[in-house]
Amino acid sequence: MSARISLTLPDPERDHFQGSADAPIKLLEYGDYECPFCGDAHAMVQQIQRRLGDDLLFAFRNFPLANIHPHAEHAAEAAEAAAAQGNFWGMHDLLFKNQSALEDEDLAAYAGELRLDANGLIREVIASVYAPRIREDFKSGVRGGVNGTPTFFINGERYDGDLGQMLSVLTAQLS
Amino acid sequence: MSTAIKNTQTLSNGHRTVLGPGVQAPDFTLRCTPDQSVSLNELRGRPVVLAFYPADWSPVCGDQMALYNEILDEFQELEAELLGISVDGAWCHSAFAKQNKLHFPLLSDFEPKGAIARAYGVYDQKNGIAERALFVIDADGIIHWSYVSPVGVNPGANGILSALEDLKAKSETIAAAK
Repeated sequence: MSARISLTLPDPERDHFQGSADAPIKLLEYGDYECPFCGDAHAMVQQIQRRLGDDLLFAFRNFPLANIHPHAEHAAEAAEAAAAQGNFWGMHDLLFKNQSALEDEDLAAYAGELRLDANGLIREVIASVYAPRIREDFKSGVRGGVNGTPTFFINGERYDGDLGQMLSVLTAQLS
Repeated sequence: MSTAIKNTQTLSNGHRTVLGPGVQAPDFTLRCTPDQSVSLNELRGRPVVLAFYPADWSPVCGDQMALYNEILDEFQELEAELLGISVDGAWCHSAFAKQNKLHFPLLSDFEPKGAIARAYGVYDQKNGIAERALFVIDADGIIHWSYVSPVGVNPGANGILSALEDLKAKSETIAAAK
């Protein structure tokens, strides 16, 4: 693993992120597209993003628990392949909205819905083109203290509290 | 089970004493499947990670064993043997391991219940389960590192990996000095 990656802070040079790179609040999620708790958290994160606007940088790293979630690895590959075609977040949102439909043909359909090159995307997924990056995400999470999915880090600190309270915790950090 | 623990160096977790670094790890022979057993002393010669946990079938996404299962290659790189251990019976472990596709042994501290967890100082008497406690045992059977996680918090794997790397660095230093 590259020693340059911060384990618990987003790296705007490397990570997929939304918001401003110099936002005062940096939220990093390690997640798994087939994990139902991550699905619940996705809606929460979107709500937090709407509320905090430019004060928030949100970044996502892959943490697929592939033994218990057989579709998680390909879903992560699909998000990375979409990123290579310029639309990580579109795929990210579709995967979390469709957690029970993550077969390869579903992934291709989502790519089509996003007007990406679906055939190229699926070829990359099947060839595990982005597996090294996903593994790098995973290992940085393990070394950073990720203990399950989803795990959030707020400005580098692991958040162990209730997800429902996260917005108020973040808001309190702002004031 | 060995009772010859002469070194009494321990960590305190408030209401009992957890075995700490420098202490001989109490030996045990426990079932890992209905017809197979594992003895700690059979694993001498390489590090052993002993991961006590409260129960099979806790919610899977946050599950400690599911996490360790995903990083077995890292334990292997560090030449360590990982053993999960709880008070669940061997049949329960079998079903749990099958459901979660676990690729390492789960030991059954079942009869007398929790005896090994007690020997390591990590039995939660009130609830009748093991705590979430981690022990990294060196190639000579001596505890190198131990950690008890707060109630309900999955300790993750970073502490284990750091302890194993530390052990590896030490053994390489010793090997280089010879």
